[in-house]
Amino acid sequence: MLEIKNLHVKLEEEDKQILKGVNLTVEAGKVHAIMGPNGSGKSTLSYVLSGRDGYEVTDGEASLAGEDLLEMEPEERAAAGVFLAFQYPVEIPGVGNMTFLRTAVNAQRKARGEEELSASDFLKEVRAKAKTLKIDADMLKRPVNVGFSGGEKKRNEILQMAMLEPKMCILDETDSGLDVDAMKLVSEGVNALRDEGRGFLVITHYQRLLDHIKPDVVHIMADGRIVKTGGPELALEVENNGYADILAEGV
Amino acid sequence: MALADRKQSETEARLAALTMPEGGCLTEARKAALSRVQTLGLPSRRDEYWKYTRPDTLTAAEAPTAAVFDAGEAPMFSEFDRIKIVFVDGVFDADASDELALEGISIDRIADICAKDIHWAKDLYGVLEARGQTPVARPLAALNTAFAQDGVAIRVTGTPSKPVSLIYRHASEDSDAILHHVIRVESGATATILENGPAASRFNKCMEIDVADGGSLHLVRAQGRDHERRAATHLFARLGTESVFKSFTLTVNGVLTRNEAVIELTGDDAVAHIAGACVGDGDFHHDDTVFITHDAVNCESRQVFKKVLRNGATGVFQGKILVKEGAQKTDGYQISQSLLLDEDSQFLAKPELEIYADDVACSHGSTSGAIDEEGLFYLRSRGVPHAEATDLMTLAFLAEAVEEIEDADIAANVVDRLEGWLARRR
Repeated sequence: MLEIKNLHVKLEEEDKQILKGVNLTVEAGKVHAIMGPNGSGKSTLSYVLSGRDGYEVTDGEASLAGEDLLEMEPEERAAAGVFLAFQYPVEIPGVGNMTFLRTAVNAQRKARGEEELSASDFLKEVRAKAKTLKIDADMLKRPVNVGFSGGEKKRNEILQMAMLEPKMCILDETDSGLDVDAMKLVSEGVNALRDEGRGFLVITHYQRLLDHIKPDVVHIMADGRIVKTGGPELALEVENNGYADILAEGV
Repeated sequence: MALADRKQSETEARLAALTMPEGGCLTEARKAALSRVQTLGLPSRRDEYWKYTRPDTLTAAEAPTAAVFDAGEAPMFSEFDRIKIVFVDGVFDADASDELALEGISIDRIADICAKDIHWAKDLYGVLEARGQTPVARPLAALNTAFAQDGVAIRVTGTPSKPVSLIYRHASEDSDAILHHVIRVESGATATILENGPAASRFNKCMEIDVADGGSLHLVRAQGRDHERRAATHLFARLGTESVFKSFTLTVNGVLTRNEAVIELTGDDAVAHIAGACVGDGDFHHDDTVFITHDAVNCESRQVFKKVLRNGATGVFQGKILVKEGAQKTDGYQISQSLLLDEDSQFLAKPELEIYADDVACSHGSTSGAIDEEGLFYLRSRGVPHAEATDLMTLAFLAEAVEEIEDADIAANVVDRLEGWLARRR
């Protein structure tokens, strides 16, 4: 599914190397978690995969289902199946949540040569999915993320993910700003999307999210590289002992 | 030739090309207005108030030609049940218009009033325009009062069941139209007026609005997409106690547009909202010039102007709030913002406050900036292509101005049109 080989990335403006040779394969149907101290390059990896400006890939490759992601515009990556749930979802005053979501769903369908969703079909689907995520109708009418609480923003991200049905879901510290109840709701939303044809890359600092979204594989990232890979027990080790021991042996 | 002489000869040349309608109850007002034009002279770039906008093509004796643009789409507001009053190149078209009759409102043509000795409009025609000549001279408005051949006098006495729609069609490539409307909203009465269309190659329009105590008027206008048209419009409004006047103007393209609004809040607790949204391309030049005078207690005024400029377009905003002595508890708000989609476009702003009362809350702000890259990336990361994402961000930017439209259906109609126009570009 997602193949990252020897990925080197630097910040364009500061000429600073952030990723220094990331290798990662996420298979369809699997959930991979990436943990690591601040500044290790986790968010940069998610931004580079989704095509954000400001980063220069100096070496390496990244592909999804055999398609070269690095050659594509952000919207092409989305249509190819990449979805990034933002750590800090952007507020867009003046654009209705529903309008935005319908525009996005149909833009992706169009890009893939599929028929656009009719207004009534879209409405039916979005209402049903919003209900399971406890998103009320009022939130759908409001401008995108404007006036939403932290929990509401994250639930809105998961609603978008549910509507867009991506192949590869990247969750960038989705647990930040969530209380226990909101985390449970968001996790349930993610778990409902787990299936054989979809991969997940969950970036987090804490074990508590992984209590709800059970990973198949856990990676530890430090200084722009993946320094250790293991099973779910690796996250527990980090929770108990911090990164110091792992970094000492891994770097 | 000395500057004053040149101004005088240019004014004379323009006046020579015009014919003043004769006779009737408006004659006195027309003659007084002509005298104002002759005294003031037509505007030139040397006048402070025209510093950012070249008036030459608006004042030239001969109107520049403008190709008629066929958008191939239904005119704005077609979906609404309304009374249609159609002007083609500034001339009333009886066949295309509805019968001018509706309960709660009376409508007469200015051309007909010219033939009468007595009419209520006599007490309003040219009156607010003359008041609006100080402290800033507006000679194009005086020229309009003197020479307008047509227009309507609308008197609102109740709550008409549907809006009055003034439709301006452009049919001839060298049309030069002057229209003057007067609107009197009686005490406690309320109405909505819709205006749309490009009108003519060159359009000079003046609207005088008197809202009596407790009256309410909503004005929504859409200036058509003709790329080569030139328009100078003046809106003069006087508001009585507890009255409300709200105006929203949508402008898309046009070589030159200068929209002036001169609003006087003369009765306590009056409310005036003046808003505008414009989207311009290339050689587009759009100027909003607003002067709001607070002359009573506890009044509220809002100015919300948003411009989206690209491919070298220019936007101008000159807005002033004058709070006179004794106009305590004034609440004045003024915001003018532009979204520049490239480095060739420019926005020139001159926001002003002049306050002589000591218990007021007045705020103003003006910004110009590029599109929010964070928001743009967010939309694109969801699969929305760059152009569509830019349009969505553009609509988001214009939203604060569009939200000034009171009627939700009309606001939705404006947004629909904007979406379509943005998608089809010019």
